[in-house]
Amino acid sequence: MSTQPATENKPGPVQDAAPPARTATTLLGYGRERVERARGGEMGSLPAVAGLIVLVVFFWIVQPGFLSLYNIANLVTQAAPIIILAMGLVFVLLLGEIDLSAGTASGVCAALMAVMIVRHNMAWYFAVLLAVITGAVLGFVIGWLRAKARIPSFVVTLAAFLSFQGIVLMQVGKAGSISLPDQAAKPIITLEGYNNNLMPLWLGWVMLAVVAGGYALVKLRIAVSRRSAGLESEPTLVTVAKTAAMVILGAIFVYILGENRAIQQNAFFNNLKIEGIPWVVLLLIVLTVGLTFLLSRTRYGRHVYAVGGNDEASRRAGIRVDRIRISVFVLCSLLAAVAGVVQASQLESVASNFGAGNTLLLAVGAAVIGGTSLFGGRGRIMDAVWGGLVVAVIQNGMGDLIKGANSQAWQWIVTGLVLLLAAGFDAASRRVGGADSR
Amino acid sequence: MTETTTSATPRTAGSGEPILKLRAINKSFGPVHVLQDVDFEAHAGEVTALVGDNGAGKSTLVKCIGGTYSIDGGDYLFEGAPVKVHDPRDAASLGIEIVYQDLALCENLDIVGNMFLGRERVSGWRTLDENTMERMAGETLSGLSVRTVKSLRQQVSSLSGGQRQTVAIAKSVLWNSKVVILDEPTAALGVAQTAQVLDLVRRLADRGLAVILISHNMRDVLEVADRIVALYLGKTAAQVQRADVTQTQIVELITAGHSGNIGLLPTANGNGNGNGNAAQVAEVLGIADGIADEPAAVADAAADAEAAAGTEETDGTDGVQGAAE
Ligand SMILES: Nc1ncnc2c1ncn2[C@@H]1O[C@H](COP(=O)(O)OP(=O)(O)OP(=O)(O)O)[C@@H](O)[C@H]1O
Ligand SMILES: [Mg+2]
Repeated sequence: MSTQPATENKPGPVQDAAPPARTATTLLGYGRERVERARGGEMGSLPAVAGLIVLVVFFWIVQPGFLSLYNIANLVTQAAPIIILAMGLVFVLLLGEIDLSAGTASGVCAALMAVMIVRHNMAWYFAVLLAVITGAVLGFVIGWLRAKARIPSFVVTLAAFLSFQGIVLMQVGKAGSISLPDQAAKPIITLEGYNNNLMPLWLGWVMLAVVAGGYALVKLRIAVSRRSAGLESEPTLVTVAKTAAMVILGAIFVYILGENRAIQQNAFFNNLKIEGIPWVVLLLIVLTVGLTFLLSRTRYGRHVYAVGGNDEASRRAGIRVDRIRISVFVLCSLLAAVAGVVQASQLESVASNFGAGNTLLLAVGAAVIGGTSLFGGRGRIMDAVWGGLVVAVIQNGMGDLIKGANSQAWQWIVTGLVLLLAAGFDAASRRVGGADSR
Repeated sequence: MTETTTSATPRTAGSGEPILKLRAINKSFGPVHVLQDVDFEAHAGEVTALVGDNGAGKSTLVKCIGGTYSIDGGDYLFEGAPVKVHDPRDAASLGIEIVYQDLALCENLDIVGNMFLGRERVSGWRTLDENTMERMAGETLSGLSVRTVKSLRQQVSSLSGGQRQTVAIAKSVLWNSKVVILDEPTAALGVAQTAQVLDLVRRLADRGLAVILISHNMRDVLEVADRIVALYLGKTAAQVQRADVTQTQIVELITAGHSGNIGLLPTANGNGNGNGNAAQVAEVLGIADGIADEPAAVADAAADAEAAAGTEETDGTDGVQGAAE
């Protein structure tokens, strides 16, 4: 006994009700807690971020052009629709459900938008609004069939996946594709940088300042109020480090995309300047902040997690489980509509196979790679962002890496394998967490 | 109101008006008549043990009290006044909280999140008021002298069975509740954790709550109960003070439904006659073998005897209660 350090576990009267020990306030305690959580299967987005770094370095080594200015901008616009679709899927996956129709729902909405603009001369903003509302309605129907009619979501959304594909085919018609007109749909196609309509350089810096400053301010506010309430809080050093990382990475991003990335060999294009951030990044930031707020700081978000964790317990706690279940499908299809608009912006057209093929697979893969569990109860909006970037990097890197007749085939195979890997990781971390051992 | 005696002599507390009183409750699931004219009382400041064999209807009764099931017929009196309880919200607004047999915690939420589930506090802009919730959760846990959890921000999936039970119980007292119902809180726990939870149960009663404890574990019942209600095949076999019965009698009430009552008229508070009662029951039922060896046979025979004897056992119960008061 006497060999023990004096500070540890003094035996003696413990009659007074001591509050639970505080461990996370110190840096060491914070680190220890993080390690403990990782051991318990709570890795968050860590594997996705690590994977992203590895992949980027790998593709950069085997193909230096991968990190060209032009390709970096390309990566962002490629990732955007995947990320937005994945954000919607996070909500559905949090309940342990699946929405296989999200991809083709985005097709229905995008096609509707295109038809309205091209064939009915509807103003672009009305067309976008109509697309988003249509998404919400489709989601409500799917959610109702799942929650009230009690048909498994796998079946409901598989049926919807097929039907929606048919609807797109019908909407687009014989032409096979509807091009978005340069003038009438200009703001839409500008989103992904059509004709090099990009954010002014200064706005990129302002955006970075607002995001990083806002992040630091929110963190600081929370820390101050927690400390004044006598509660443990994240160590200041960790907050500072996170903010610093955000500022540095953000500054590199803004700077790189602020460089002229026009390929200047052609005399004709000699005075052309392509510089600035695509507008879609602003949309991504707004969605990330807004949806993260919704999930982590509101009662609604708490209830989504609760229902995903234990729906019976949630019901007993007075949560209206059916409403929550319907709402996540509404959100998912609504975000699918937004993703459809962004995808249409990138392609500047809507084809009859829009949103079909591997669109959904990539988005589900993104969410799962990012750290969202297929078993429900675990996931965050940032998972969609990190996972979406990983998927885009694989798509983009593979596309340039493998040439020849089978390049498309290899892309499919590798993407499938990555999804399988992520799902296996998910299952393993669930076992470690002990959720299976009951 | 009842004087709630704290800790010293809780065994004598709770005479007078019960806070919760059920009279002649009936509940059927289709053709299955699960609860038949069940009477039940719980008093503030007391632990009322609800005992009975598997399938006796304990969980069903508790779910009727908690509003998960609505009763088919009978009176539901709370603090002396008749009330209608149709869903869990009704019960919660009366101050009745249930800790279910399957714990009803969300493993993916932390302790604070679980304790405030469905009743989250929000501050300005409808955002969750995490600080207030964490502070209140901490106060509740330390008020119950719970020191086994490391951090209130721990996910429930990382807690032990006893810790989970503690969280579930603490959750139920967070709301100034008056009646707390625990459905087999110690069923899955080891010795030390059982002791912790029973300790907690005792403290709840000492704080003036009416605690209803369902348990199959005779030692738990003997240790913490002030009153005992025995259900037998969907009927109230007895409502007795703990001090007035022996372990053997309780066992008989559970397995046979009425043994304790029969020989228990004027001099029933003695300790030695438990076996005598068992013998008597066996005699009445026409069984020569030991009761403990073949409870199923006894149960069947008892059911037959019941059908023949009509309301005899209910009368017996009243006799016991009269003797206790
Ligand atoms: N929803 C239901 N539908 C039909 N019968 C039911 C239902 N719930 C319970 N029962 C029946 O009612 C009877 C009492 O069940 P209950 O769960 O209340 O018993 P219990 O006393 O809690 O048993 P245990 O000690 O095993 O938990 C059982 O015979 C059971 O089969
Ligand atoms: Mg039960």
